[in-house]
Amino acid sequence: MQLQGRVWKYGDNINTDVIFPGKYTYTVTGRDEIARHALEDLDATFVKNVRAGDIIVAGRNWGCGSSREQAASCLVYNGVGAVIAESFSRIFYRNALNNGLLAITCPSAVQAIEPGEIITIDLARNVVQCAAGEFAYPPLSPSVMGIVQAGGLVAYVKHKLAVA
Amino acid sequence: MTNQIYPPQTFAQKALARAAGLDYVEVGQVVDARPDVVLSHDNTAAIRQIWLEFGQPRVLIPDRMAITLDHAVPAPTTKHAQNHAEIRAFVAEQGVRNFWEVGRGICHQVLSEEAIVLPGQTVLGSDSHTTHFGWLGAFGAGIGRSEVAALWATGELWMKVPDTLHIVLEGLLPPGVTAKDFTLRVIGDLGADGGIYTALEFSGAGITALSLESRMVIPNMMAEMGAKNAYLPPDDQVIDYLARRKAKRENQTVSDEIVSNLKAQISNLALYPDSGAPYAAEYHYRAEQLEPYIACPHSMDNVQPLSQVAGTRVQQAFLGTCTNGRLEDIAAAVDVMRGRQVAKGTRFLVIPASSQVLTEAMRLGYIQTLVDAGAVIGVPGCGPCMGNHMGVPAPKEATISTANRNFKGRMGTADSEIYLASPAVVAASAVKGVIADPREL
Ligand code: SF4
Repeated sequence: MQLQGRVWKYGDNINTDVIFPGKYTYTVTGRDEIARHALEDLDATFVKNVRAGDIIVAGRNWGCGSSREQAASCLVYNGVGAVIAESFSRIFYRNALNNGLLAITCPSAVQAIEPGEIITIDLARNVVQCAAGEFAYPPLSPSVMGIVQAGGLVAYVKHKLAVA
Repeated sequence: MTNQIYPPQTFAQKALARAAGLDYVEVGQVVDARPDVVLSHDNTAAIRQIWLEFGQPRVLIPDRMAITLDHAVPAPTTKHAQNHAEIRAFVAEQGVRNFWEVGRGICHQVLSEEAIVLPGQTVLGSDSHTTHFGWLGAFGAGIGRSEVAALWATGELWMKVPDTLHIVLEGLLPPGVTAKDFTLRVIGDLGADGGIYTALEFSGAGITALSLESRMVIPNMMAEMGAKNAYLPPDDQVIDYLARRKAKRENQTVSDEIVSNLKAQISNLALYPDSGAPYAAEYHYRAEQLEPYIACPHSMDNVQPLSQVAGTRVQQAFLGTCTNGRLEDIAAAVDVMRGRQVAKGTRFLVIPASSQVLTEAMRLGYIQTLVDAGAVIGVPGCGPCMGNHMGVPAPKEATISTANRNFKGRMGTADSEIYLASPAVVAASAVKGVIADPREL
């Protein structure tokens, strides 16, 4: 399986408040409405221009700060296919995969990827392909891949129990 | 299974390999872990709502679940009471045996006293301070509610093997300086994000010299640095404590023979890091150089020496919580309070972490001394720690507390201040009505 998309590139220590502002966490609940506020305080052009399948590429500690799950789901609702980062905050990482958003830790790819370029993630071979070359990342366990492909943890468990 | 063929490993590597049924795991690897214990508390009813989506008639792992009613006890409102009632019905319906009622105590304390979690085991809980269980050499981590629901349904959950920071406490803490002060100092130095996604290992003479109750403070509070788990190497004292309590819970007579059999079983479970394990960083502290510290409003890493903050007016002093609500904490307060009175204009709340702590404190006359000194005693549980009920400060008031979190609004009132300190400092502050050093009373 392959994922291909255009890159939005950001820096280090991007926190959940700029990914999805805290003031909306209890008042903004609908899927479309959550999507509209994604990266609001980081990059105002994002929501206007994002296309389904786009990929976010970021530096160290992406998603640090609060545990709010919307920081991951607001990206999913905009059709973002994956986030590749040098490292993730623990809770964002869990929230991403548990919401069906592929989170890939690959510092060498992050260094090499240029903003706006089209890259490919080859999930079968666990490599990121970009203009500068091919970069391997550590594979996710089969069950985590299952969670991402099912669209999130709750959907995954539902499916698993239904077929058991 | 031999370890020799693998490179040296951290505790987190060994514990997660065991939980995943693997011989060896690498840092960064994602595994499917089968925790030995899954903890939840008053949030159990909310987790059940998620679990219901799975359409499963029975949870898969009733015997690995542990549920305590502790966060808002006894129920302060009809809504809270309804929540507790739903949890009781769920527990009965699913046959969850490890269930503790209102008044038994705080989840982390109760599971420790009941020896539910053993060294080398993995405990995952829908409570951020599940890191607590590192005091006995277990792998304890907090997880989300839907993750707990998934565990009830399937018994396993994915875990990423974290990097490890190694913190060594050399030498012995001077009198008047506690595990709480050491912990606050570490958080102040490394920052509130200093341990994100990492495991922590503590070692050194300063750690092994601590009482078991003091050891609990350290991993409990490492959640405040964003850590996934924190580990202290279990020694004979830990194993003896667990063996006796396990024997008691299983209604065995606590004879020498039974205890020594259980000790052998428990020490077989214990895991220790290898020398040469791959630490991402190492920090060394000299215990003699530490002093009493205070975490000041409104963040955990705003840590100042007590001497800098002494004299700040407090309207409320609170001794309790899973961090510092144990017998030795109450004893430290009693030492300060004996023959003294709570200051006019200040309230002193004391809430034992469990019914066992309360019983012992009564037997030793501590409760009488505290009540005579003007303290208010509450029902074992979380009390005012997270602002659910009782002990809520008024706007503009300041509280000094033995808890683990001082975020704005944590105790229920945004426009109020929370200072965190050790039990003796909290008691001295209750006596003076201002933040005070017990050594100067
Ligand atoms: S005492 Fe406070 S920190 Fe501990 S479990 Fe209860 S609410 Fe959480």
